[in-house]
Amino acid sequence: MAYDKFNILTSSAVPLPIENVDTDQIIPARFLKATERKGFGDNLFRDWRYHQDNTPKEQFVLNNPMYTGKILVGGKNFGSGSSREHAAWAVYDYGFRCVVSSFFADIFRNNCLNIGVLPVQVSPEFLEHIFRAIEADPKTKLEVNLPKQTITILATGASESFDINDYKKDNMTNGFDDIDYLLNIKEDIKTFAENRPF
Amino acid sequence: MSNTLFDKVWDSHVVKKIENGPDVFFIDRHLVHEVTSPVAFLGLKNRNIPVLYPERTFATADHNTPTINQHLPVKDPLSANQLEALEKNAAEHGIPYWGLGHEKNGIVHVIGPENGITLPGATIVCGDSHTSTHGAFGAIAFGIGTSEVEMVLATQCIMQPKPKSMRININGALSFGVTPKDVALYIISKLTTSGATGYFVEYAGDVFKNMSMEGRMTVCNLSIEMGARGGMIAPDQKTFDYVKGREFAPKGAAWDRAMAYWETLYSEPHAEFDKELNFDAADIEPMITYGTNPGMGTGISNGIPMANAVEGGAATYQKSLAYMDFNEGEAIKGKPIDFVFLGSCTNGRIEDFRAFASIVKGRKKADNVTAWLVPGSHGVEDAIKAEGILDILHEAGFELREPGCSACLAMNDDKIPAGKYAVSTSNRNFEGRQGPGARTLLASPLVAAAAAVTGKVTDPRELMNEMVMG
Ligand code: SF4
Repeated sequence: MAYDKFNILTSSAVPLPIENVDTDQIIPARFLKATERKGFGDNLFRDWRYHQDNTPKEQFVLNNPMYTGKILVGGKNFGSGSSREHAAWAVYDYGFRCVVSSFFADIFRNNCLNIGVLPVQVSPEFLEHIFRAIEADPKTKLEVNLPKQTITILATGASESFDINDYKKDNMTNGFDDIDYLLNIKEDIKTFAENRPF
Repeated sequence: MSNTLFDKVWDSHVVKKIENGPDVFFIDRHLVHEVTSPVAFLGLKNRNIPVLYPERTFATADHNTPTINQHLPVKDPLSANQLEALEKNAAEHGIPYWGLGHEKNGIVHVIGPENGITLPGATIVCGDSHTSTHGAFGAIAFGIGTSEVEMVLATQCIMQPKPKSMRININGALSFGVTPKDVALYIISKLTTSGATGYFVEYAGDVFKNMSMEGRMTVCNLSIEMGARGGMIAPDQKTFDYVKGREFAPKGAAWDRAMAYWETLYSEPHAEFDKELNFDAADIEPMITYGTNPGMGTGISNGIPMANAVEGGAATYQKSLAYMDFNEGEAIKGKPIDFVFLGSCTNGRIEDFRAFASIVKGRKKADNVTAWLVPGSHGVEDAIKAEGILDILHEAGFELREPGCSACLAMNDDKIPAGKYAVSTSNRNFEGRQGPGARTLLASPLVAAAAAVTGKVTDPRELMNEMVMG
């Protein structure tokens, strides 16, 4: 599925300083029943965001109007657990284009890259800087520069570079996905398949 | 150097290497279920492309299905809609579909091995993270997201950077009452839920050599819970004997060709791993979790660790204990429980039901416990009946449900109510995993059985006759 191209994103950020945020929290299983990719943002962090009677939990960060923006900043080991891409869809559909953490679970990271959400892994120290900057000023802006592979806290100028492989970077900046690439080499794949032992 | 088991299987599936990018990785077998596939099929439709190799693709319904009255129409309209979508998509693309009521229906990771779809040296993916189960056969198997499901349907490939390799060696003999589930929970408690992120794990040593195929599946299943992409065990005679004669396994000359390849599948004596860990089998006792991730587990006779004794943030730890309504330093043994769930792709195979039955035999289900016993497939269900296990369960006051994922992820009606405690043989104790507000204690089928007959967390060894079980 094609998605918006990602180049330089400058935005305030929403802080979620909790470790091991698993995909069951990002989107609980009972919301995985759709057959189309629609409306997942409404159920992002459903059980942290709403009481069982669907009234908002005031203290949860997504219900706090002070915090807005296209960047979600999470604690270490973000996105562990289930392979559900719905978790990445929910993040995207809610309006985030970038998730920052000091560590990501593998499948979640992959899923994000496949649908146009940029996972930015920073050092634990830099993550602390970001949390403190947002605490000091909820409107503080971060700049995520994909071509240069840097993330900067604009108020302080503190900056760090992040990793992404060239192939994925290219995809993200152009809004391509892997299927486009694979379909182009279909004949190679077929030849390969013919030589498999089973 | 291509000298580990993992390298051998990985490298032989690389169609193309992209410089500074992922490998184009060929997939031998693709397992599909109703929850993570509809959007992928929709993607194919939008691009107007067919499934490249329907014969390498197998579909079942399991995540969203009821575990009682499967002969009746599915009540939840959204679930019914997903099941219908899969049936329609499978028919349209010529993919074998084993839906509700089909004799081969069951949890995707149980029916793969049962039907000989899972083979040594194969690459297997599915839109479910516990696809790592199939690594028990020396396959590279891992979970993928829906975009990747679409890729595999369209091109039989995904694009993945090669993970790093890790070997976990456990030598010595397991103590009485210690099962494969305990081995896995023990490893995760040592590594934490992110300790193997970025790695593919090979399990080696006496413990895994001596383990049954079912046990190996349980261990590999839980690889994802330490963050690993997957786990695998070198195939041996036990593996080949298990695979031989199953419906989709190679036959005749094809079998001989496959065997010649399979016999090369082991790590060379001097193979190098990016990381290697060693544990001692004698240190492992029956395990149980007390928190909200699978790394928060402990030997059943220990107390709940103090916040200052755990790695990582105390705040996260305390949030987790608050959710469970447990306190630091308390004993976990003796905690009253409300539900027991035996099942899932972790512990829903015949050996798990045998273990459960060995404890409840001649005893009675505790009155305060609701027990859901859910076989992983109709094949498992048939074996339960054929071996007389069903009679033992009935005499002890238990019912058997119909196959499916059930309370493992609580997408169907099998939800643990808020605030209630469940001793569960499944794989995840995340907040709300088994229903909003549900509190999950992960454990082996033996620990689950001991809890089911005593109504509280109980060390199964106290109920076991060493002469019989030893
Ligand atoms: S039993 Fe649980 S983990 Fe296994 S396939 Fe079903 S939902 Fe996934």
